[in-house]
Amino acid sequence: MYELLLSTAIALAVVLAFITVAAMFFVYAERKVAGWIQHRVGPNRTGGFAGWAQSIADSIKLLLKEDLILRGADRRLFQLAPAVVMASAFALFVVLPFGPGLIVADVDLGVFLILAIASVTTIGVIMAGWGSYNKWSVYGAMREAAQVASYEIPLGLSLMPPILYFGTFSLKAATEAQTGSFGMGWYLFSDAFWIAIPSFLLFFVAALAENKRAPFDLPEAESELVAGFHTEYSGIRFSFFFLEEYAAMFVFSAVGAALWLGGWNFPGIHLLEPGSTLLLVLATASFVLKAFFLVFIMMWVRWTVPRLRIDQVMTLGYKYLTPLSMAMALIAAGWEYVKHLGAQA
Amino acid sequence: MFHDYAKVLIFALAGAGLVVLGMFLGGLLRPKRDRDAPGLEPYECGEEPIGSAWFRFDIRYYTVALVYIVFAVEIAFLFPWARVLKTAFADPSIGGVAFLEGVLFLAILALGLAYVWRKGDLDWVKELSKNRPDGSPDLTETTEDQD
Repeated sequence: MYELLLSTAIALAVVLAFITVAAMFFVYAERKVAGWIQHRVGPNRTGGFAGWAQSIADSIKLLLKEDLILRGADRRLFQLAPAVVMASAFALFVVLPFGPGLIVADVDLGVFLILAIASVTTIGVIMAGWGSYNKWSVYGAMREAAQVASYEIPLGLSLMPPILYFGTFSLKAATEAQTGSFGMGWYLFSDAFWIAIPSFLLFFVAALAENKRAPFDLPEAESELVAGFHTEYSGIRFSFFFLEEYAAMFVFSAVGAALWLGGWNFPGIHLLEPGSTLLLVLATASFVLKAFFLVFIMMWVRWTVPRLRIDQVMTLGYKYLTPLSMAMALIAAGWEYVKHLGAQA
Repeated sequence: MFHDYAKVLIFALAGAGLVVLGMFLGGLLRPKRDRDAPGLEPYECGEEPIGSAWFRFDIRYYTVALVYIVFAVEIAFLFPWARVLKTAFADPSIGGVAFLEGVLFLAILALGLAYVWRKGDLDWVKELSKNRPDGSPDLTETTEDQD
């Protein structure tokens, strides 16, 4: 019992450090990537070299800002909302397989748990929007509800092909199944690659919408709703929504990396001695880099594609992504059956 | 296994705890607000807010939520099927029936989608054309005979 508590505490400390450092890095990277794509420099003063300390300076400033709760706001909802959002962001990290043996808990529900917990964020956002006592915030909350509700369907269905292929919910088991002979037995390069590629694209688009990332950032659309659901949030309370957004971006990228891009596997992993420190370090680096790469693509998309209108968001979600992902799930199941028949004959 | 789920709970609590800690630390550092100071009105781009912020919003959001509930529940049932399909194939007493059942289930799901699609509930902007599929009256006609 004591050991269990100790290991949980260590895991918690590591994840806490990872989330805060990664989120700070992502905020900085987002601004640098934006600058790069738009042909500007981005932050380049704070801390000297390339403005590396910008996020640290920002967090200190956010801590020092006064805390506003509007007259007439639902104080309990308003104060509870960031806690709900952060609770879900933290719980998402439990099932991520960072490296061989580097997983907080290999819960057998795996991806299903991630889907379930990620939707809790929506409740936090709706609480924030409704509790703020601001019309923009209420609009943002309603949009969030409608948008996330519509995209959860294609998101769930686009996870069917890998689940059918691996026959497991566990991201760890799925990663282990992708080692192959050269560490390149990734789902994207498997016999079902022609199913994996479209389902990955579907997953990625649905994940963008689920994380309210541009072009699906309607709940916080600056040009229409001021700042949407977090208009009335100030200081450190506001920063938790950002922390959650970047944490969730990482988690969905990590799920994509674990199910389609081989997780921690990399070419040449078979040459290393199992259980060695070198293997552990390289494998973890490989997993984190793959997830970071997908996060980078999310940023790239943000600065490339204009924001959709709400009716376009609904049309894309229900009339295109949902039927397509249903078809992909069916095709993936059919392919598994064909393979089974082939193995029997 | 129980311990694994306990960890999920511990992590969730720790996430909420981080908010409490952040608010506490911020409370030590940030300036105290005078309760009567101005600036506690909702931000509406400089205009004074009219009426409550808790306005009545469009019924369309409600329809979307209803459509979602139907699909989400069905997808939750589809997940276990996807999980065990491979093992079901290997079992000679089930075999291809497992695949057929999935097809049937998805077909019903597709039928539901086709129904709401045809009914026009997936259209965010409702068309007020003369031939509405549900036969409801055309709303554009009444405005035309004014001149």
